[in-house]
Amino acid sequence: MFQAFVIQALVTGGVYALLAVGFSLIFGVARMVNLAHTSFLMLAAYGMFYTTYRLGLDVFTAILISLVATIIIGLVSYKLFIDRIREHEVTVMLITLALATIFQESMILAFGAHFREAPTLIPGYAEIFAVKVMYQHLLTIAVVAVVLLGMWLLLTKTKLGIAIRATAQDAEIANLMGINVSNILLVAMGIAAALASIAGIVVAPLWVVFPYMWMSPLVMIMAIVVLGGLGSIKGSLIAAFIIGLVEVAVVFYLPGGSFLRSAIALLVMVIILVVRPEGLYGIVFEEERL
Amino acid sequence: MLRRLFKDIQGEILAIPGRLIALIFFILLFFIPLITQEYYILFVLILVNIFVIFAVSWDFVSGYTGQVSFGHAFFFGVAAYTAALLNKYLGLQPWATIPLGAIAATLAGMVMCLPALRLRGPYLSLVTLAMPLILLGIIKAFPDVTGGEHGISGLPALSGSRMSDYYITLIVMLASVFIMWKLTDSRSGMVRTGIILHAIREDEIAARATGINTIRYKLFAFIVGGFFAGLAGGLYAHFLKIAGPATLDMTLSFQVIIWTVFGGIVSIYGAVVGVYVLYPLMELLRQFNVPVWPGSEIMFSDMRFLIFSAMVIAILLFMPEGVAVWIRDKMERQCPRCKLSNASWRRTCRACGASLY
Repeated sequence: MFQAFVIQALVTGGVYALLAVGFSLIFGVARMVNLAHTSFLMLAAYGMFYTTYRLGLDVFTAILISLVATIIIGLVSYKLFIDRIREHEVTVMLITLALATIFQESMILAFGAHFREAPTLIPGYAEIFAVKVMYQHLLTIAVVAVVLLGMWLLLTKTKLGIAIRATAQDAEIANLMGINVSNILLVAMGIAAALASIAGIVVAPLWVVFPYMWMSPLVMIMAIVVLGGLGSIKGSLIAAFIIGLVEVAVVFYLPGGSFLRSAIALLVMVIILVVRPEGLYGIVFEEERL
Repeated sequence: MLRRLFKDIQGEILAIPGRLIALIFFILLFFIPLITQEYYILFVLILVNIFVIFAVSWDFVSGYTGQVSFGHAFFFGVAAYTAALLNKYLGLQPWATIPLGAIAATLAGMVMCLPALRLRGPYLSLVTLAMPLILLGIIKAFPDVTGGEHGISGLPALSGSRMSDYYITLIVMLASVFIMWKLTDSRSGMVRTGIILHAIREDEIAARATGINTIRYKLFAFIVGGFFAGLAGGLYAHFLKIAGPATLDMTLSFQVIIWTVFGGIVSIYGAVVGVYVLYPLMELLRQFNVPVWPGSEIMFSDMRFLIFSAMVIAILLFMPEGVAVWIRDKMERQCPRCKLSNASWRRTCRACGASLY
């Protein structure tokens, strides 16, 4: 029981971490709250479903097609709709929400509002500490670890990563230092979409694939990102595992927990914010303080 | 007295095309049941009236203080459930449950303020988003008391007939909109809240520096907005005779933002226009069972959310200030000297004679 709990908490926290890091990255760089973020997860999951079950392709081609298609959709929608109104915070939120609705409705029109499933990437299970652990769970944890490590290396060791962090700190100064800010924004958007679609590809077999599947993770990652401090990648990473742990613990150990899981996770967020209004690792500028 | 009223009407309403249109529109609303009494049309219009109260109260809380609330359905749902529970366990009738529900929503507004007043910007939006979802989880966890997924049904109707329902909601709507419009009128000589709320939105630190207790006014905005949203929630529950989880849903919170921003944020009448245009339009699309192209299985009515979202995107990209505000700016021009609104076809200001060009 306890081992299963640990595995489940790691998987949930890891998937939330993938989503939250992307969300946090795009907020930090472009100062936009992208409510369509988790709909990339939904699109990638549908991509897996369509390419394997409908087209009959093998898993690796399917992964490649889903990933590339989702990134392209993300970049195109950013370029067409979001780029020109980036300064208006509320408008960006509404447009990304409308985009998410459009993605959801297109999936309903294309595949119907039925529950679908996607293929497991590695079938079967192993026995670890006398519990059955599906390979898919282990794979998810491994993918999360590798991708997050890759993100960390990208952001700290490469020129591109330094440019991204410079833009996040101060876009104007970064522009003066010769960084092409609008290209950096596009790259950040691409990375965020890629992280979301990787999350979608690994969790598609574990969750149910249906057009409304973007809603509940969206609420959870917003709680995570706020908890960690908006724009702070380290903060959202830690907060993802806190919220994932709370959620799984509620489901495992409370009666009626499946109804209360998001409620209690959100309650934890509200309480932490009341104690620390800027989140765990958020930055507060002196002139912004009340 | 009468002469003064007449003069006010001539000066303040007839001279400004936007207000003239609003007046004619509201008078027309009173005559709709004389033209048609069809059940379905009145049903849609009653819901429109209820949602107008709701949308205007969102504009009051979020538009005027600049604190974008993503969880306005919290007030709506609290009031709907309070009304339903009071009726189910104490047997109270609508005339008592609706005001009590609104008071419960006011208290909910105070509770929401505890975290909300410490936070700002996106943090505030996300905490307000969390509130209705937390309540929803609690409601679903205790299905014996709250009815769980199915909600509480079998409430008494608002009144006996559809027509009296229509007039009740219409009058409540007009009164609420008028009160909130007056409270936010920045040029009013009687109430100062309008100009103070504007000041808080533009620059909170400057407002504090001039000695305004901004916390008190934000609290005030949450309480008033909560009260009117609660009024809408109570009316909704008694009109549909059910209070269910849909009243707390995230979609409802976002819907109200879309209506308001579509019409024009920070302008009360924008929210009214938004609901009166978008809600009937959605209902119309629902009825529109025509294939997209001949022989296709997909109907226009299946695509209504798609069309709706595409329209919202187009409006936001090309008229970011909202449809109603965009039209008003085409019809009216402000006098550069005395700041009075004038019809845009006038060459000189109607009060001070300054050239408008």
